[in-house]
Parts: sequence; C-alpha cells; structure tokens
Amino acid sequence: MQAEPSGVLTGVHFMDGDHACCEGALAAGARFSSGYPITPSTEVVERFAARIPKVGGTFIQMEDELAASITLMGAVWAGAKAFTVTSGPGFSLMMEHIGFGVMTETPCVFVDVQRGGPSTGLPTLPAQGDMMQCRWGSHGDYEMIALCPNSPQECFDLTIKAFNLSEQYRTPVMVMMDEVVGHMTERVVIPAPEEIEVTPRKYTTKPPGEFFPYRGDGAGVPEMMKAGDGYRFHVTGLTHDERGYPEFTPAMQAELIPRLINKIRGAVKEISMFDEDTEGAEVVIVSFGITSRVAQRAIDLAKERGIKAGRLRLITAWPFPDYKFEELASRVKAFVVPELNMGQMSREVQRAVNGKARTIPVLHPGGAVHHPEDILAAILEAVR
Amino acid sequence: MTSELQQIETQVQSPNPNPYEEYYRTDRLPHIWCPGCGIGTTVNCFAQSLINAKMNIDKTAVVSGIGCSGRVAGYMNMDSFHTTHGRAIPFATGLKLANPELNVVVYSGDGDLFAIGGNHIMHAARRNMDLKVICVNNLTYAMTGGQTGPATPMGSTTATAVYGSYDEPFNMPSMMDAAGAVFVARWTTFHVKQLEKSMTEMMHKKGFCFIEVLSPCPIMYQRRNKQGDAVDTMKMYKEKSKIKNGCPTFETMMYPGGDIVVGKFVDRERPGYIELMRHHLHEKLGEDFINEGVPVCA
Repeated sequence: MQAEPSGVLTGVHFMDGDHACCEGALAAGARFSSGYPITPSTEVVERFAARIPKVGGTFIQMEDELAASITLMGAVWAGAKAFTVTSGPGFSLMMEHIGFGVMTETPCVFVDVQRGGPSTGLPTLPAQGDMMQCRWGSHGDYEMIALCPNSPQECFDLTIKAFNLSEQYRTPVMVMMDEVVGHMTERVVIPAPEEIEVTPRKYTTKPPGEFFPYRGDGAGVPEMMKAGDGYRFHVTGLTHDERGYPEFTPAMQAELIPRLINKIRGAVKEISMFDEDTEGAEVVIVSFGITSRVAQRAIDLAKERGIKAGRLRLITAWPFPDYKFEELASRVKAFVVPELNMGQMSREVQRAVNGKARTIPVLHPGGAVHHPEDILAAILEAVR
Repeated sequence: MTSELQQIETQVQSPNPNPYEEYYRTDRLPHIWCPGCGIGTTVNCFAQSLINAKMNIDKTAVVSGIGCSGRVAGYMNMDSFHTTHGRAIPFATGLKLANPELNVVVYSGDGDLFAIGGNHIMHAARRNMDLKVICVNNLTYAMTGGQTGPATPMGSTTATAVYGSYDEPFNMPSMMDAAGAVFVARWTTFHVKQLEKSMTEMMHKKGFCFIEVLSPCPIMYQRRNKQGDAVDTMKMYKEKSKIKNGCPTFETMMYPGGDIVVGKFVDRERPGYIELMRHHLHEKLGEDFINEGVPVCA
C-alpha cells in the first residue's frame, strides 16, 4: 500500500534527525502521539504537535512517560497508528508498556533518542547505552525489533520501516536514535507518497464469533480488530488463550510465549537489514547508529594503510542477526566493534561469533563520539 | 439427590433469564471474587445502568487496571481492556481520543486508581477527559492479600500494618472535585438503587465522571479487623450512611467508626478536552485545521 498523501511532505529538505523522524511517522500513517518532553527527543513531538492538526489526527502531552507509553496503545486499539518518543530516563519509565505491547500484540512504535546514562546522565550528549534496555528492559521473555538510523535521512526511512514492521508482526518496534543523529542536520529526501511503501494493518474479515484475536496465522501473527466494531474482544497483559481470555496454566504459557517469540525469531532474515561491504575483508568493523559514521573514517584510514577492512553496519540491532556473524566468522580474522557504551552489542557479536574469530570491542562511555584513531588502533591490533 | 439436581436444572432453564446475561461473558464464570465481595453487586448495577441508559454495547468499552476490581473488564461482554497497574485511565484516554464515539468506562479499585494511578486520575479530571470512572473502594489491596492502600482507614490492621495503619487515607470525592471532575458521587453496595441511578446518569453526562463505591472485603480486610462478614458490613453501611446530595466534598471524609457521607456531590458543566481542542485549533488554524479526529488506519 502507498502512503496517505496528507502526511507526506514530499521534497528535498534540510532537517535534523528528530524532525525527519516525525516526518517518517507521518508518512507511515501515524495520526496519534502521546508524549512527554525529554531532551534530546522532544523536537520529534514538537513537530508532530504542530503538524498533526493540519494533517488530521491528535497529539496529547501526558503527565508522564508511564501515561504516554500506554495512551498510544489505547489509540491503537481504537484503530490509529500511533507512536511515542523519549530518551533514557523516560525510556526506563516506558518499559512496562513495551512488555504490555508485546504481550497484547499492539502494533506501535517507540523512538528512543539515546543520551548518556545511567539516570539523568548527560541530557544533551549522545550515547548508545540503551541497546540492551530496548531488548530486555521489560520483565519476562520476549523478542524485540529495533532499528538504528545513522543519519536524518535514515531517521525518516527507518521510522516508516518501524511502523511497517510493527504492523507486519503485530508488535512494538523501537527506533534507537541518539543525540547526535537526532540533532544533526542534513539533506533529507522525502519521496512522493506513491513511492513510499506502507504496510496496512491486518484487520480481520471474519465476523464476530468466528474470530480469535490471539490465534496466529502460519507465521504466528494474528489478525487485528478495533474497538467499536462489535467484536466484544478482550485484551489483557495476563497469559491468555486465543480468545484473549486469561488462563494461568503452564500449558497456556508454553503455547503463547513461544508463539510471540518465534514470530520474530523465525523471521530474523526477513527483518535484518545491513549496510555491508565485507568482500575480501580480513577484519570487519561492526557498528550501528552514529558510531558507524566515525567507523567509516577509521575504515578509510585502515584501507589507506593497505588493510583489508570491511564494513558491517547493523541497521537492525534486534533481533540480532546471529546468522550473519556465523557466516562471516568463517572468512574473517576479527571483528572490531565500536559502540557508545561499555559493551552491549559487542558482547552479542562475541556470542554469535562463538570463538571462530576475534572480537575487539572499542568502548566509549558516551558524551561524545569516538575518535576514528581509537577505532583504527583496534583495527591495527586485529591484523597484527 | 437426583431430584434435587433436576430441580436445579429446571431453575437454570427458567423462562426468565438473567436480564444482565447479555452483558456478561458467561463463559468466564464462575468469577474469581471471594464470597461476600461487593464487586459483583457493583457490576450488576453497571449492567442495569447500561440497560437504563440504552447504551449501545458495541460502542461501549470498559478499561480496567490491576486488582480485584481490575478483573471486571474480563467479565463484561463488550470491548474490554485489562491494562497495567494504575494505567487504565491513560489507556482509556487514548481510546477515547482516537474514537470519541466510544463510551469509555474505567472500572478499577482504590489502590489502582489512587495510589499507583493517582497521577493519571488527577490529570484526566483536570483535562475533563470524557471518561466514566467507577472506583470500587474495598479499603485495601485485596488481590495481593490485604495490604495498606491509599483508602485504608487509620488504625486498620493490614498485611503490611500488623500494628495498625498510621497512614492517612485520601478522601476521593474531595480530590476528584478539586481536580475538576464534573460528576462526583459516592455510594456503598448497600445502596444498589442509588448506585444504579448514579451510574445511569453518568452514562449520558459529558466529561470526567467519578463514582466511588464502598464495597465489603470480608476475606482480606474485615477478617483482620474483626469486622465480621459481608452481612455485618451491609448492616454497618445501612446504619452509618448519611445521604447528603450536594454535600461539599470537603465534608465527606470518612473516619473509622464515623458516618459515611454518600450521595451525588458534584454535577456541573465544564467544556471537555476534545471540545476545547477542536474549538481552539479551529480558531487558530481556520480552514487549515482538519477537524476529522484520528483517522482509522488502513
């Protein structure tokens, strides 16, 4: 399906990542957002609040992030496409509803413009320290889909992609930005509506009584319905059967949870996106988000020195593409993993590589981006 | 024995079915509430109010939080949402904003709405969000075994106050009045007719409406406090309740052993959030304002 034209600001723009993210949401069909201000993410909803009355839809500023993160889900169950935007401390408060969204299979998008943490940390400076939080931050066992833009253009593109994935898999999807990507201003090309692919919600055509809102299709994804249509359905965060009714049994848990996990785990290849240049590489620099821009400089410097340095940028951080590392590990010497945290995705790389090649993390506690020379030093160490 | 069973069978198939049956998910029965619990009584009043007010059930949604009263959503045969602890009101806010045609009822308990959800209920009342809130007040966190809550009377023995509670409770009607609710009432499960009438009235009242219903909790609250069974509580409600419609809400505080002031305390008009939003944006943006609400996504 193509984008609804009223939300698409077709043209060539000079805008920052936060604004581009908002335009991506509008292009994807988001017509509802409930927010709570927090630096460095606020510009996304500021723009949404200004744009939405002229597009048709609603923005509401809630009393806190606990409210913001579930108000949008109420809107989704009334038939809207909806999202919210936050940063570290707010993201912590939203964790419960990420779990609620997973359990109730509520399609929606959360944007986290990462800043330095823990706690209030560095409100105006970048980090990539929420990568594990977005994966595991809510209690219990689940799979997550998370995308990592490295430019304002990708903030636009990947926000659309996030909405599309949320509809396809009926699950919350995270857009993991960071302060630099959010505040960096670059050229953003917004295509014509007919060139933007939008995944429609899979509303059921079955009549009430014949429809089971929690019975997965072949891929484990159920169809959807909305309030007010006579389905008289029930939605609960409790373990539930195909009708959505609570059932507290190990058998029901064993039926529900694997379905929720496998609908994503089983689609890892379809979901995973990379920016890859690993042909003939002996060392691969694995990066994501803003770090990839610095990493590219390090790769260029390494190549100048005759080192066969390759690039693997994870556009999809979660589900983690183990298969890609299994494949690469057999033909490269080492992986160099720079990230703005003290070792989150690099551990995943290490786990997936499973000893078949070296993994060299290049860690940075955030507040600034890496010096390319630090990454280069790790590359030199890898080929030594 | 056999004849007795046959007799029961005959009764079940009587030509006078329960008038509320259509409103309940009978396939979910028996419910989880304890013997003597008052939540079921409030639910019958709710069903009757839906009949009285001629509500379109397919356009009515019930949203609950967590706790004993939070389980009401699961038993109502309508679109129903059993959300997270304390967050029924913001969920309901999203539902209402995205589809203002829905009649959105929030059904939850004192702990859910006034402790963990206290921030949200104040702000929804401030905004005059068009929600109908029914708060079943059983004076305790009953689902988790009877701990002190924001409505537990001073001096009560609870699971977390074995030496007695020294924690001052809220006066809910006063708080809701101050926050801006347009309709505020309090009844007990003894006052089924009055409760039903208030609920009926609330269904057609625009804006943030709030009813507190005092309900017996013989197992988790009364047993610890040697207050007898549900019948004793009903007798107490009968004896201690004073109907004072229009009573200023600052005079409705409940004290252990004191009177229970019941009635409809607040019934006023204030423009609602959606109305204000639409009016304001139209005034500021003129023809540029797309006043079509939140579109249903394809």
